[in-house]
Amino acid sequence: MEQSPARRVLSDFAANKVALAALVVIAVIVLLALAASLIAPQNPYDLAQLDIMDGRLPPGSASADGLTFWLGTDDQGRDMLSGILYGLRISLAVGAGSAIVAGIIGTALGLSAAYAGGRIEAAIMRLVDLQLSFPAILVALMILAFLGKGVVNVMLALVIVEWASYARTARSAALSERAREYIEAAECLALPRWRVVFRHLLPNCLPPLIVIGTIQVARAIALEATLSFLGLGVPITEPSLGLLIANGYQYMLSGKYWISFYPGIALLVTIMAINLVGDQLRDVLNPRLQR
Amino acid sequence: MAGWLVRRLVQAGFVMLAMSAIVFVGLHAIGNPVDILISPDADQAERARAIAALGLDKPLWEQYFFFLRGAVQGDLGRSFVFNEPALKLILGRMPATLELAVTAVIMSVLVGLPLGLFAGLYPNSIAGRTVMAGSIMGFSLPGFWVGLMLIMVFAVTLGWLPSSGRGTTAELFGVQWSFLTRDGLRHLLMPALNLSLFNISLVLRLARAGVRETMPLDYIRFARAKGLSPRRVVFVHVLRNILIPVVTVVGLELGSTIAFSVVTESVFAWPGMGKLIIDSINVLDRPVIVAYLMIVVALFVTINLVVDLLYTVLDPRVRLGGRA
Repeated sequence: MEQSPARRVLSDFAANKVALAALVVIAVIVLLALAASLIAPQNPYDLAQLDIMDGRLPPGSASADGLTFWLGTDDQGRDMLSGILYGLRISLAVGAGSAIVAGIIGTALGLSAAYAGGRIEAAIMRLVDLQLSFPAILVALMILAFLGKGVVNVMLALVIVEWASYARTARSAALSERAREYIEAAECLALPRWRVVFRHLLPNCLPPLIVIGTIQVARAIALEATLSFLGLGVPITEPSLGLLIANGYQYMLSGKYWISFYPGIALLVTIMAINLVGDQLRDVLNPRLQR
Repeated sequence: MAGWLVRRLVQAGFVMLAMSAIVFVGLHAIGNPVDILISPDADQAERARAIAALGLDKPLWEQYFFFLRGAVQGDLGRSFVFNEPALKLILGRMPATLELAVTAVIMSVLVGLPLGLFAGLYPNSIAGRTVMAGSIMGFSLPGFWVGLMLIMVFAVTLGWLPSSGRGTTAELFGVQWSFLTRDGLRHLLMPALNLSLFNISLVLRLARAGVRETMPLDYIRFARAKGLSPRRVVFVHVLRNILIPVVTVVGLELGSTIAFSVVTESVFAWPGMGKLIIDSINVLDRPVIVAYLMIVVALFVTINLVVDLLYTVLDPRVRLGGRA
């Protein structure tokens, strides 16, 4: 039976049970993050709900007013479970947000480079090469050293770090598509340039971009956590998972592992699920691997 | 070859120039460079003197020239905190970072290559699959968190290894090294393992992919048909060919490893340049930040150049100048 491409991709994707499970995990994590304010036992930002006497309680202990801290509390007496749910929100928003913005900018530049050719292409690709010859963490460090911390600054740094991979992928995909007849046909119809690039070229370059985009979200989340851990990322008023882990660092040596341990697990599960989905997408969307 | 080298050197010079301009513009973009480059404790007279000395009353392009001239002469300002030339401070911390990064890279090859060979030769065995699943973990685990967990397990719970610092060092070529003493090695082991985790996964995957690609090729079949022992086929014929990508990537990764040592050094309080830059950013010791950025850019331009050179030496198919 002839299948539509979308259905084929879906059924191919579902053939790998691990990837399917990872996709479910991502869905659950996103839901948990979105519903954090509804399901979290405590609002970790509401100081009235916190009791310093509950500070650094091990997992499973109960507070004076009957609330059970399943994952323990941090030094402020904050419930770690609630902190993680709210932290996921920030980690996901920063990671996905910056990956999307970087994707739009990088794709637009990559497609323009491939379509325009000549000096514009050379200039854009030089910039890409230069950017990619420096490690992400270093570029981000450089930017944040100048801008200071803050959610917007971190996102800006992540976008600057990430656009180049999209641009490179978009260009190489577009270069092979550009020579096809349908582009020639569109040009013969005297369609405006932007229309050829964005309505004809772009949709056919999407598969590799989706794969890169998935991996980049995972990378962005990991990098944001790392920067926040180093004290260069999000401010303490908006703690992401990385900052929660950093808070637990000093209590680690006295054996109070849970403040750092559980946010780390949440981070690990998130990143790993996204990477697994990305791996499977790569296999499914790669035309060379199709039977 | 000479022409290529000159072109590459000129290119590297341009990158340095461009990066220095970016750092310089960055300095101006965040506010008055007077506040950035001169200690806030300085009094009025001292400020005026410093402004004149740094040329901050001059037009911007002239200031950039001053900055460049200083950089070329090795003068990148004085640290507010240590009251030492920033350059000297950073170079003094560099051996600790290089020691950590090089140890991590060596570890990644020693661990990653055999595991990758194994996973490539037996891709469907349980052990082979386990190795591959483990490598996904290696990519996904946030390095700083793994560092914390290593400390938790090996330093706090088991008490086998120390959690921070370089331990006892010994002198070689006028520099202090940890790897020369037993205590130093104990201090080095955990941070190096932490730093190499990503590279272990990378080398492992490269080696596995290389083996899987190489095994069905004609010359391997021929080597087998000649009656060579499997051991000789794997270690001479296969290994030599997968070494090209592995060496290239490991070389390229030395740079990232040095960059990522920022994280490991912070976790394990390893007194290298990475820890210095984070501390400097936190106390706004800006001359050190600027000097660090310039040094690291120079380091990276050099590493990229050396890797390009090595690549052509190792793989005769890549002939310089691109006469393709």
